[in-house]
Amino acid sequence: MPSPPDAPHSVLDDESPRQPRSPAELFRVFNRLALQGFGGVLPIAQRELVERERWLTREQFVELLSVAQVLPGPNVVNLSLMFGDRAFGWRGGLAALGGMIAAPLLVVIALAALYTRFASHPVVAGALRGMGAVAAGLIFATGLKLIPALRRSALGLAPALACAAATFVAIGLLRVPLVAVLAVLGGGSCAWAWRRLAR
Amino acid sequence: MTALLHGAADWWSLFAHFLMLSLLSIGGAISTTPEMHRFLVEQQHWMSDEQFSASIAIAQAAPGPNLLFVAVLGWGVAGVLGMAVTMLGILLPSTTLTLAAARWGETRRETRGVQAFVNGMAPLTVGLVLSSGWVLGAPARTAWPLALLALATVAVCVRTKVSPLWLIAAGGIVGAFVA
Repeated sequence: MPSPPDAPHSVLDDESPRQPRSPAELFRVFNRLALQGFGGVLPIAQRELVERERWLTREQFVELLSVAQVLPGPNVVNLSLMFGDRAFGWRGGLAALGGMIAAPLLVVIALAALYTRFASHPVVAGALRGMGAVAAGLIFATGLKLIPALRRSALGLAPALACAAATFVAIGLLRVPLVAVLAVLGGGSCAWAWRRLAR
Repeated sequence: MTALLHGAADWWSLFAHFLMLSLLSIGGAISTTPEMHRFLVEQQHWMSDEQFSASIAIAQAAPGPNLLFVAVLGWGVAGVLGMAVTMLGILLPSTTLTLAAARWGETRRETRGVQAFVNGMAPLTVGLVLSSGWVLGAPARTAWPLALLALATVAVCVRTKVSPLWLIAAGGIVGAFVA
């Protein structure tokens, strides 16, 4: 399906600028992003799907992630499954999921075999700690990059930002269990959106 | 390695346990680690405490979804077959439910209920991503070179389009010499 490479993205038009061409392409792209995802695939998924391939707008990415979040299962796995299914039905879902999991599975098992021999080496332990710090920074930065997606929220910008901040305080700082936060803050937020959408 | 599991009953209990954990894994499989630990280490004695922690560390050092720690756990308990059983168990229920829910929501995209849901949940999603970064950065906040590394990563990632792979590599090098 030929599409203009840099079609301007209208605010009224919620379609993403580009579409994957085949399940095989889905497999390749999800495989590529999974293999780059050290310490978490989310930052790479945002970068590849939104910034590079432009298969999703920032708003659509947050929307998919929101649904992925409340369902059981890893967020990026659910996200790949839903995205693939939307594009090509269950074949697309399987292609995206397979791309996400197959190659990293082999890598992780190879690493498991190596780990027992080198884990206690101080240079290896230091390198892992350094990579962990960068991985944490990448995920935090991804969160910052997603904030502009709230601009068009039906909640209104200020309530949406307040809700994001409250979630961060509850989960990140106070370590309240996720289910409680989803029920109380999420329930309240959805109810507020429901009211505002009536107008 | 398979000597740890005795007969079909053990295999079934491994599979069934991960099927159940799949449905409980809201927020990701990593949120069910306390229950996995209780089952594999304390109840069944299929692996040691150290082996359990190392499995999670390995999966986090490797590329790919964090979910793969489940594969390493299965591998540790019963080799390739154990890996297949735990991965199928953790994936089947959640993927089936996700597909069904996604399709249900897709056909009702424009309804007020679905719109209220996606608009209401979006800020929580942003807050949760920020929280993950903050929680995973906890070890970095105990040592200033690591904290600096994490801060620099945030700045570079927000302001430039440098590939995260380079930043990870830089983190590994700095960590190897400093941390």
